[in-house]
Amino acid sequence: MAFEGLADRLQNTLQKIRGKGKVNEADVKEMMREVRLALLEADVNFKVVKDFVKKVSERAVGQEVLKSLTPGQQVVKVVNDELTTLMGGEQSKIAVSNRPPTVIMMVGLQGAGKTTTTGKLANHLRKKQNRKPLLAAADIYRPAAIKQLETVGKQLDLPVFQMGDQVSPVKIAESAIAKAKEDHHDYVIIDTAGRLHIDETLMDELKQVKEISKPDEIFLVVDAMTGQDAVNVAESFNEALGITGVVLTKLDGDTRGGAALSIKAVTGLPIKFVGLGEKMDALEPFHPDRMASRILGMGDMLTLIEKAQTSVDEEKARDLQKKMRDMSFTFDDFLDQMGQVRNLGPLDEVLGMLPGANKMKGLKNVQIDEKQIGHVEAIIRSMTLSEREQPDIINASRKRRIAKGSGRTVQEVNRLIKQFEDMKKMMKQMSGMMNGKKKKGGFKFPFM
Amino acid sequence: MSFLKRLKEKFSTQQSEESSEKFKSGLEKTRNSFSFKVNDLLKRFRKVDEEFFEELEEILIGADVGVHTVLDIIDQLKDVARTKNIQNPMELRSAITEKLAEMLQKEESDNKLNLQTDGMTVILFVGVNGVGKTTTIGKLAHQLKTDGKKVILAAGDTFRAGAIDQLEVWGERAGVDVIKHHEGADPAAVIYDSIQAAKSRKADVLLCDTAGRLQNKVNLMNELSKVKRVIEREIPGAPHEVLLVVDATTGQNAMNQAKTFGQSTDVTGLVLTKLDGTAKGGIVLAIRHELDIPVKFVGLGEKIDDLQEFDADQFVYGLFAGTEEE
Repeated sequence: MAFEGLADRLQNTLQKIRGKGKVNEADVKEMMREVRLALLEADVNFKVVKDFVKKVSERAVGQEVLKSLTPGQQVVKVVNDELTTLMGGEQSKIAVSNRPPTVIMMVGLQGAGKTTTTGKLANHLRKKQNRKPLLAAADIYRPAAIKQLETVGKQLDLPVFQMGDQVSPVKIAESAIAKAKEDHHDYVIIDTAGRLHIDETLMDELKQVKEISKPDEIFLVVDAMTGQDAVNVAESFNEALGITGVVLTKLDGDTRGGAALSIKAVTGLPIKFVGLGEKMDALEPFHPDRMASRILGMGDMLTLIEKAQTSVDEEKARDLQKKMRDMSFTFDDFLDQMGQVRNLGPLDEVLGMLPGANKMKGLKNVQIDEKQIGHVEAIIRSMTLSEREQPDIINASRKRRIAKGSGRTVQEVNRLIKQFEDMKKMMKQMSGMMNGKKKKGGFKFPFM
Repeated sequence: MSFLKRLKEKFSTQQSEESSEKFKSGLEKTRNSFSFKVNDLLKRFRKVDEEFFEELEEILIGADVGVHTVLDIIDQLKDVARTKNIQNPMELRSAITEKLAEMLQKEESDNKLNLQTDGMTVILFVGVNGVGKTTTIGKLAHQLKTDGKKVILAAGDTFRAGAIDQLEVWGERAGVDVIKHHEGADPAAVIYDSIQAAKSRKADVLLCDTAGRLQNKVNLMNELSKVKRVIEREIPGAPHEVLLVVDATTGQNAMNQAKTFGQSTDVTGLVLTKLDGTAKGGIVLAIRHELDIPVKFVGLGEKIDDLQEFDADQFVYGLFAGTEEE
């Protein structure tokens, strides 16, 4: 990864001032510089960064950090806390009109992901809230935009209202709502064309659509990769239309997503949902705490935990923890773990969510290449049951047999055994660490 | 002669007034805020000091230039100020503009499109979702067609709903053929067929669309490498260009995009789209500076002729035009 997490950076800064016992104000200033750079690298707007750093350094220079025995961690905590607070609570509620249908208008720049998000939102409303949404295709400008929404509708088996691209979006919105009333839909989601916030003609058009459809929600769809300009975009759309919430898309990429913080800080608009993939169910509520660690480059532990919880067998996990503690972890468990971890998604994605994963000694040697995993599997499957349980008995002739059986080389067998031993050692350290601070329900990572 | 005067002269003699005008108006917003800020800064400060550089740093960061590159620029400018003993901010102005232009320029010719003089030219378009790949292809097809080339488009985005239809509309607008399969088809197969079709129809240029993908999705990036391999196998020396399309509003992530797409497809150039907004596209500087990938085109609007060849001089001229006139 190109960026170092804030925690790492502060660690490095502190290394220089180690041995002092205590940090002084100058040291805090040095640390604040790192905080500033970390935020700027994450695309947080520079004005927001300025205010934010000022606030944090006031807190840091106060007793909190100076007196602390672990000032680096303390700074991270202060920064993280402030960030989380600034980004507000979780608010993924969608308005319900007491005179149905409830109207939602989707707006944003070109290519932000409005049409895809429209589909996801409809899917969310139907699945999670048992609603019956109607999609309205009001993007008459981009070639094949209507077709795209129709395809999305087909995928979801939801009706799409369209009048072709020769009718004004205002008329389409009006007719869609009438149609929804007629067919007893309780939600109408209007997909509008992407436009630049400085395009007055098109912004006026949106105002007219708003006028006629009286939306209960106007969602601004923003690409999470947006840079410093996110603030201008959000401000302009908000000024023109009165946005009620923000949806942040493409957060499944490796962007740090500082735009989230900028938008929230400058406009105060709540971020309601985040888009995490191209599939129709890849829409999730916004979690400020997770976003905070992400912006700071500290990994997305919570998402990983949640992912793990849904795809990992609880009982097996508990069983494993025990094995991790008493070091009775075998190659069979290893195989099992690999299967479970693979269920979490592509491995590098999983590793990316781990804070400092690229720095960890043992993990660095673990190949992310999926092909390699196949090889590892083949090697383990070529071991006898007793070999899997007691790797110590694997001698040279056994190694040759295993290599032959798996079609790999003896060197590879050696490497795997070495890695396995390293991993065991690391697990012991990790389980020691994890016992200290209990995370959500005491869950532990099964593959560590 | 000052750098800006030189640029100005160049453009008045070169009769590129019209395209220069377009560039200027497209960059209007960019220019206004950027040049206004620089000018304001130069006027406000009596002395070149730490505070001055700090503010300059903010302006550049505000343009998405990227922290590392900004720090580099600032360091170099500090050096200039020290060695030349510059006290008055106004005297530093030309140093600032020169530094930026120098960064974008490097070698003169490499922002021209690498078109083959004999045989077919294959251009592969890659990028993350929603940056404007298909639109750019449509615009470029129009441009090449107008130049008298026979162009064929390959509908390699078989993933996104409506993508094939979108490319077909552009094909119609530009008056060129589109080779397509159905949604969900193997993109490598589409490209293969397109190459065969382009060969038998004796096309001059084949423009290959691909589905948008986030650069951290390993499988999708592998798929892209496969597409490229198919092209390499079918036509030696192809693809002649791999253009990474980047949205001008993108922040620091564009750097990751350039790196990762570069690794899997050997990107030869950038297309910077949506530069007609308020976004400044400063990340281009960072990409050029750190990865040395040249910008080949910029998208300055939604119309079919709103794609311009990138010219570093014009870019900087457009950026700073306002500062000269006072």
